[in-house]
Amino acid sequence: MKLKQLEGLLGELQQFSNPKELEQYPTGPHIASRMLFTAENSFEDVSNKVVADFGCGCGTLGAAAALLGAEHVMGIDIDSQSLELASLNAEDLELDINFIQSDIKNLGWRGQIVDTVVMNPPFGTRKKGADMDFLCVALKVASQAVYSLHKTSTRDHIKRVALRDLNASSAEVLCELRFDVPQLYKFHKKKEVDIAVDLWRFVPKGNQGKGTEHHLKSGTS
Amino acid sequence: MRLLTHNMLSSNIKGVANGFPFRIDVEKVVEKKVDFNAGFLRNIFPKVEWKAFVDAARTMGYPELPEEADSSLLDSDEFLTKFHHGLLELHLEEGALICPETGRRFPVNKGIPNMLLHEDEV
Repeated sequence: MKLKQLEGLLGELQQFSNPKELEQYPTGPHIASRMLFTAENSFEDVSNKVVADFGCGCGTLGAAAALLGAEHVMGIDIDSQSLELASLNAEDLELDINFIQSDIKNLGWRGQIVDTVVMNPPFGTRKKGADMDFLCVALKVASQAVYSLHKTSTRDHIKRVALRDLNASSAEVLCELRFDVPQLYKFHKKKEVDIAVDLWRFVPKGNQGKGTEHHLKSGTS
Repeated sequence: MRLLTHNMLSSNIKGVANGFPFRIDVEKVVEKKVDFNAGFLRNIFPKVEWKAFVDAARTMGYPELPEEADSSLLDSDEFLTKFHHGLLELHLEEGALICPETGRRFPVNKGIPNMLLHEDEV
C-alpha cells in the first residue's frame, strides 16, 4: 500500500468532537500514516506482527497498523466513548481490531507477546508525567519496538529516562513532525497551535525470548 | 475479543499472585473469518500458553484443539487450520472475563472487555 493511499483511508475516520480531561488530541492521518509507514518499511515492525495501540482514542494508529498488514491489533483506551468511535471506525474500514477498555497503568499482561507498541500518548501537560507513564508500560510490554510521539521540547529528558530507567536499549528520534492542536479545550488560549513533536523509536532491552511465562504487572517504575 | 487477546491478559488486581488465565463466562460467541497466515501461526505458537488456550476455546464451544501441542504439529495443515480458527476467528462478543483468584468479573460487551479497576483494586 502506498503512503498516499494509507493517508487517504485514515482520513475517512471520524475523530473526536467532544474531548474530556484526558488530553485527547486525535492523531491525524498525516502523522499516523507516516508513523506506521516508517515502522513497516524501514523496520518491518508491522506486517504479520502483534501490534498494540496504547491510548488508541478513535483508533487511527491501530487502523493504520491493520491496513499495513499487522496480523493482530489491539487498541487500548480508558474512555468508552473513544472506544465506541474506534469500533465504528474499524467497522467502516472492515478491519478486525481488538479493543480493550483499561487504564494503561493497570492492565496486566502475561508476558512480552506484543511485538510492537504504537502510541500517541498524552503530552503530560495537564496531568504531569502521563507521557512517561505510557512509555514505561510500553517498554515492558513490547518485545520488538515502541513508536511514540513526544514534544520536541522534552527530547533530552525522554532519551535520558528511557535509557536509564525504562529498560530501553536504544532510543532514537526518527523525525520531527508538526502536530496541529486545535482549540479543543477551554484552557487553550489560541485558536490553533502547532506543536513540534518527535517520532521516537525505542527498542526494549533483553527480549524475553520465546515461550516465556513471565508474569508482568504493569505499572510505573 | 479473540482468544489470542485472552491469552495475553492477566488480572492486575492488587494482591493477586497469579492472575492468568482469566476464566471466561460466555454469553455470545461470534465467528469472524480471517485469512490464513501460516507464517504468523508458526511465529506465535511458542508464545501461546497452550493449556489456557485450549481450555478457553472449549469454553467458547470449540473442543477440536489437542490438549497438548509441540512444534512438530506446525507441519500439519490440519493442526494449523484448527489453531488458526481457535486463536483468531472466535470472538467473545458478550460475557465476562473472571479473575482466577478473586472471582471479580470484567464484563465483555460488543467484544470489548472492560478492564478498568476500582480504586481499591489498584
